[in-house]
Amino acid sequence: MLIALFADIHANRQAFEACLDRAQDQGAQRYVLLGDYVGYGGDPDWVVDRVMDMVDKGAVAVLGNHDSAVSAAREQMNPEAQLAIEWTSGVLDTAQRRFLADLPLTRSEDDRLYVHADASDPKKWIYVQSTLEASRSLSATHEQLSFCGHIHRPALYSLSSTAKMTSFTPQADVHIPLLPGRRWLGVLGSVGQPRDGNPDAAYAMLDTAKRELTYCRVAYDIEAAAARIRSRGLPPVLAERLFRGM
Amino acid sequence: MVKPLLQPGSVIDGFRIGEPAHRGGMATLWRVTRDGDTTPMLMKVPKIAEGADPAAIVSFEMEQMIIPRLSGPHVPKCFGVGDFAVQPYVVMEQIAGKSLLSRLGNLPLPYDEVAAIGVKVATALDDLHRQHVVHLDIKPSNIMFRESGEAVLLDYGLSHHEQLPDLMQEEFRVPFGTAPYMSPEQLRDIRNDPRSDLFALGVLLYFFSTGERPFGESETLRGMRRRLWRDPVPPRKLRPDYPPWLQEIVLKCLEIEPAWRYPTAAQLAFDLAHPDQVKLTHRSERMQRDSWAVVLRRRFNKDIMQAAPKKMAAQLSSAPIVTVAIDLGEEAAAVNDALRLSAQRLLAMLPSARLACVNVRKLGRIALDTTLDEQGHNKQIDRLVGLRAWAAPLKLDEERLTVHVLEAVDPAAAILEFADANRVDHILIGARQASVMRKLLGGVSAKVAAEAECSVTVVRPPRGKMPAALTAPQASS
Repeated sequence: MLIALFADIHANRQAFEACLDRAQDQGAQRYVLLGDYVGYGGDPDWVVDRVMDMVDKGAVAVLGNHDSAVSAAREQMNPEAQLAIEWTSGVLDTAQRRFLADLPLTRSEDDRLYVHADASDPKKWIYVQSTLEASRSLSATHEQLSFCGHIHRPALYSLSSTAKMTSFTPQADVHIPLLPGRRWLGVLGSVGQPRDGNPDAAYAMLDTAKRELTYCRVAYDIEAAAARIRSRGLPPVLAERLFRGM
Repeated sequence: MVKPLLQPGSVIDGFRIGEPAHRGGMATLWRVTRDGDTTPMLMKVPKIAEGADPAAIVSFEMEQMIIPRLSGPHVPKCFGVGDFAVQPYVVMEQIAGKSLLSRLGNLPLPYDEVAAIGVKVATALDDLHRQHVVHLDIKPSNIMFRESGEAVLLDYGLSHHEQLPDLMQEEFRVPFGTAPYMSPEQLRDIRNDPRSDLFALGVLLYFFSTGERPFGESETLRGMRRRLWRDPVPPRKLRPDYPPWLQEIVLKCLEIEPAWRYPTAAQLAFDLAHPDQVKLTHRSERMQRDSWAVVLRRRFNKDIMQAAPKKMAAQLSSAPIVTVAIDLGEEAAAVNDALRLSAQRLLAMLPSARLACVNVRKLGRIALDTTLDEQGHNKQIDRLVGLRAWAAPLKLDEERLTVHVLEAVDPAAAILEFADANRVDHILIGARQASVMRKLLGGVSAKVAAEAECSVTVVRPPRGKMPAALTAPQASS
């Protein structure tokens, strides 16, 4: 089965549509959404509608910290993110807010765990940014494959049977075999706000039969996404950073 | 799941197990067959019994990832991979013949034979590096030859693939590899520099041409570390008749700093294939090792080792071999100027690129050609001089420039063959001016552009700068 995985869409309609189109062309049979559908971008209402529709049709979705902040007690956030979330709360209707609030922190299927951030304490939203956090996250689950997002920079960690960790920065479009003798943590880049210096939208494809993971990048209409942020009165810095991928 | 028995006669995933071909410390090789397939095959099965060296598992995992992705004549073809859940194995093509290890009793080998081996291995390495892999265990036992002559590189258990996770990365406290062949940077845990393989090949060339290993056989870390500051005895000191060009090449491969070695395996192969064109430097003249003052400076200057290299692909593409095809006839002056300008621009962007200037001396199909013309000049030498004169305004470092006169009936075929044999990355060629000849015969540049396996730039003089003789209407009779 071909599974398309998306993380950190952040209300960027143009980026999300571009990724979905490409994943469909690649033959995606199942969709997994790893949280942070809103915040930063100018189309939270459209994105949440789309996610709700996908979940209706069988997609898996977990909760992200921005989604949680829409209705729950305030998360710790930088001023721009805070501003964007307060605005987002006003834009979303009750059903949309209810949908986000009801999302689970983690989901498992077969030998895979889906979570937005570190899996050892998902509610703390700990960034997986080195082998240290990756090892802690892998130790918290029995599943062979874990997938998360949150940090907006793609990475791939593995844990060997002798408890040795490896870390790796994947290149786009390379099929990486996830060898069965190890446990793997795939950290996805961000669909809607990449921060690894490459402005292209990021997602990943998992081929469960071949046990291969492919990190993908798609160029999208950044101009339109940025215009949307500006026209809805969000901080201009949120539009500018999309062009730099930082 | 029941684990299938691994013994002669049993079948795993369609492969019928034959006799063991080799039992090594980390793995066993079994001869296997498959219905409908006549290729001789070997199944490599790692030793993963309790208490086995964890290195055996990790290096097998690396092979499992890397071998199925490789292609071409310089690697064993992969037929199947089995995972650790049932029975881990890799089935690959069995290469006939013996590895270079079998030659150890005949050392030292004649110099031209060493160079010929070097060309083949460097060509194979170039192919491997272009597939994003640094081998990191180049040594005689991992090198075999096809009947058609190409070197085949075996054993990817210690290799690094630029696009895949490096599982060896944090696995071991000590560097892994084969002590006599290990590069200085490998001793510092740098695993992604293709020039490490050029160092190992340099060790092999040194060993095969002198009969001695340049850094001995010490397997202790302390012994191996000496190569971080101590240079080897110059081969000429061991064999007084050692050719300076070969010493130049071998010592360049064995430079402690990767940046001082050849930038690519293709450039090393090029020099080994053209001994008369090797630029001799102080390396070729050395009769002694560096003085103790120099060695001590290296020993205690921690900055001497550069940081990790740039991306492999970037490293390779920054050092292409560019060939420019030059017609030395007078009517070609305008296009030759344009070619020089193109070459200049290309080389200015790529300081590690080298330029091979080629001229083709067209032979008649029937007439017996003499190398002396009517005035008794040696045509070959005249043309070499002509090529150097063309290149002189480029003011290239001599290390970056070579000149070649090819003799052929079909100039385009000769240029294509030269480009192929020397792994040329880019050909610059002038368009033949409009003429009856071109209409009748087709242009050389057109054929080169159509059939070359590398990039080809067809260059014309700037508009309005056509030589008068050619802009005049051509008589058609």
